[in-house]
Amino acid sequence: MSDARLERIRRDPRFEQLCQSRSRLAWTLSAIVLIVYLGFILLVAFGGAFLATPLVAGGVTTIGIAVGVGVILIAIALTAIYVWKANTTFDDLTRGLLEETR
Amino acid sequence: MMRSLFRPYVAATALALSPTVALAQGAPTAASVNWHAVVMFLVFIGITLYITYWAAKRTKTATDFYAAGRGISALQNGLAIAGDYMSAASFLGIAALVYFNGFYGLNYSVGWLVGWPIVLFLIAERLRNLGKYTFADVAAYRLKREPIRVMAALSTLVVVIFYLIGQMVGAGQLLHTLLPQIQYWQSIIIVGVLIIIYVTFGGMRATTWVQIIKAALLLGGATLLALLVLAHFSFSPGAMFAEAVRIHPAHDAIMKSMAPIGSTPNPIEAISLGLTLMFGTAGLPHILMRFFTVTDAKAARKSVLYGTCFIGYFYILTFIIGFGAIVFVASDPAYLVDAVKGIALKGGANMPAVYLAQALGGDLFLGFIAAVAFATILAVVSGLTLAGASAISHDLYANVIAHGRASEQTEVRVSKAATIALGIVAILLGLAFERQNVAYIVALTFSIAASSNFPILVMAMFWRGLTTRGALAGGYVGLLGSVLLVVLGPTVWGKVLGMGAAVFPIDFPTIITLPAAVIVAWLVSKADNSVAARNERLAFEDEYIRSQTGLGAEGAAVH
Repeated sequence: MSDARLERIRRDPRFEQLCQSRSRLAWTLSAIVLIVYLGFILLVAFGGAFLATPLVAGGVTTIGIAVGVGVILIAIALTAIYVWKANTTFDDLTRGLLEETR
Repeated sequence: MMRSLFRPYVAATALALSPTVALAQGAPTAASVNWHAVVMFLVFIGITLYITYWAAKRTKTATDFYAAGRGISALQNGLAIAGDYMSAASFLGIAALVYFNGFYGLNYSVGWLVGWPIVLFLIAERLRNLGKYTFADVAAYRLKREPIRVMAALSTLVVVIFYLIGQMVGAGQLLHTLLPQIQYWQSIIIVGVLIIIYVTFGGMRATTWVQIIKAALLLGGATLLALLVLAHFSFSPGAMFAEAVRIHPAHDAIMKSMAPIGSTPNPIEAISLGLTLMFGTAGLPHILMRFFTVTDAKAARKSVLYGTCFIGYFYILTFIIGFGAIVFVASDPAYLVDAVKGIALKGGANMPAVYLAQALGGDLFLGFIAAVAFATILAVVSGLTLAGASAISHDLYANVIAHGRASEQTEVRVSKAATIALGIVAILLGLAFERQNVAYIVALTFSIAASSNFPILVMAMFWRGLTTRGALAGGYVGLLGSVLLVVLGPTVWGKVLGMGAAVFPIDFPTIITLPAAVIVAWLVSKADNSVAARNERLAFEDEYIRSQTGLGAEGAAVH
C-alpha cells in the first residue's frame, strides 16, 4: 500500500460520499439512541411519579415498565436499520472504491 | 434498605449448609445431596472440557488463539456476543436486583443493552477496518507505541480484574448453595482452576464455542422459566405484577422504585449509572475482540444485530424471572433467611433465579438452570481472562518488553503464563468480595471502562488533534480517578473494606471521571507543541482513510 494509493482514494469522490453517508447515518442513529436513553434516565431521575403511573387506571403495570421495554426494542430496531444499510450500500461503495484505486 | 437486606447473609451462610433439596421439602437432613444438580454440573463441565480439548488440537497460531482463526459464522458469533453479555451478573444479578427492588432492576437491563448500538455505529466498523482488535492497538496506531500500550494494558487489566470479581462471586455462591458440602472458598478455587484449563489449552476457539453452546442453553432455560412463571397467570404480566406487589414487603413501591428500595433516589447517581452502563460496553476489552472472530465486515455487523436481539430478549426475560421470584420464592419461607424480617435469601444475594427454577420445575430444572448459570460464569470468565492475558502477552510483553521482536510461540506462552496468574488473582478477589451483589460489582467495572478505555478509544479514532501526551494524561486520569473513587465509594469502602461511611458519596463515578478524562486529554493535546505531536496529527489522515475503507486490513491483520 503506497501513499499514492491513499492519495488516490482521498481524491476519489466516492470516498467523500462513503465517509459522509456513513457518518451521517452513524451519528443520526447514535443521537437517537442517546436521546431516547438519556430521556429514560432523566425520567428515572426526575420523573419518578410519571413512570410510576399505571398504564391503565387501576392496573399495576406502570408506564415505566412499558417505556423500559420500549427503549430495548428501539435499540434493536436502530441496530437493524444500520446493519441493513451498511450491508447493502456501504460495502458496495467501499468495494468499488478499493478496486478502482488499486 | 438494600444494605440491611444484604446483611443477613453472614447468618445465611451457616444456614445454607443444609441442602436445597431438603429445604424445599421442608425437612432438613444433614448430608443429602442434590444429585440432579451434581449430574448436570458434571455433564456441563465434561462437555466444555471436551470442547477445550477439541479446540486445543486446532489452536496453532496466534490468530487461532486470539481470534479463533476467524472461522466463526455471524449467527454463531451473535450467540457468542450475547453469551459474553448474558453473564452470571446479568442473569443471576439482574433477576436478584428485580427480586429485591422491583422496577429499579430494569434500569440495568436497559442501560446494558443500549451500549450495543453505540458500539456498532461508532466504533466496531472503524476498529475492524483498521485491522486492530484491542483498544491498545487502535490507540497506538498513530501515537507513540510503548507508553500507550502500557497505559492500555494497565486499564484493560484493571477492568478485567474487577469484572472477574463479579463472576467469581456468582460462581462461588452458586456452587456452594447447591452443593453445601463444598465450601465457598473451595468453589472459588474450583472455578479458578477450570478457567485456567479452558483458556490456556483452548484459547479463543474453545472460549467462543463454550460461549455459543452456553448462550443457546441459557436462552432456552430462561425462556422456559419465564413461560412457567407467566403460565401461572394465564400469560398476563399485569396479574403477575399484582401478585408480586401483594407479596413483596415493600408492596407497590416495587413498581415505582427509581433507586434501590429503602434508599432515596439520587438523580446524580441515576444519571451516572446510565452513562456507566451505556459507555462502559464500548470500553470492555473482551467485547471488542468479538468483531474479529468472523470472516468479514458484513458478518461482523450481522453478528452484532443477532447479539443485540438475543440480549434484549434475554433482559426482558430476566425482568419476568425477577418478578416471578418475588411471587414464588419470597412467598416460601423455606427459601428465606427469616420470613418475618424480610425476603433475604439463604445462600446469598444472587439466588432468586435459581430458587425460582426449583419452585416451578423441581430439582431437575434447578439442576439445569444452576448448571447453565455455572457454565455461563466459566465461559464469561474465560473470555475475560483471555483478554487480560493478551493485554499482558501482546501489549506489555511482545510490544514493550521485547520491542516487537518476540516470536508468536513465545507470545502465546507468555499469554498462558499470564492466564494462570490472572486465575490466581481472581480466586483471591473472589474470596474477598464474597457477599456483594454481582450485577453491582460488574457495574463498577463498567464505570472504570467507561472512564478510561472509552474516551481515549473514541478520541483516537475521531479527533485528529489527539497526541500521545494527551491520550496518556486523559487515560490515566480516567483510570486512576475511577478506580480511586470506586474504592472510596459506598460499596467498596463501606461494605467490602468495612471502613464506615464512604468518602465519595456515589458508587458510579462515571459522571465525573468520564468528562475529566476527555477534558484532560483535550487540554494536554492542545498544549502539546512537540514535533512528535505534529507528526501524530498528520498521521490522522492515513488512519482515517484506512478506518473508513478497510484498506490494508484485508485478511492481514495479524494481531
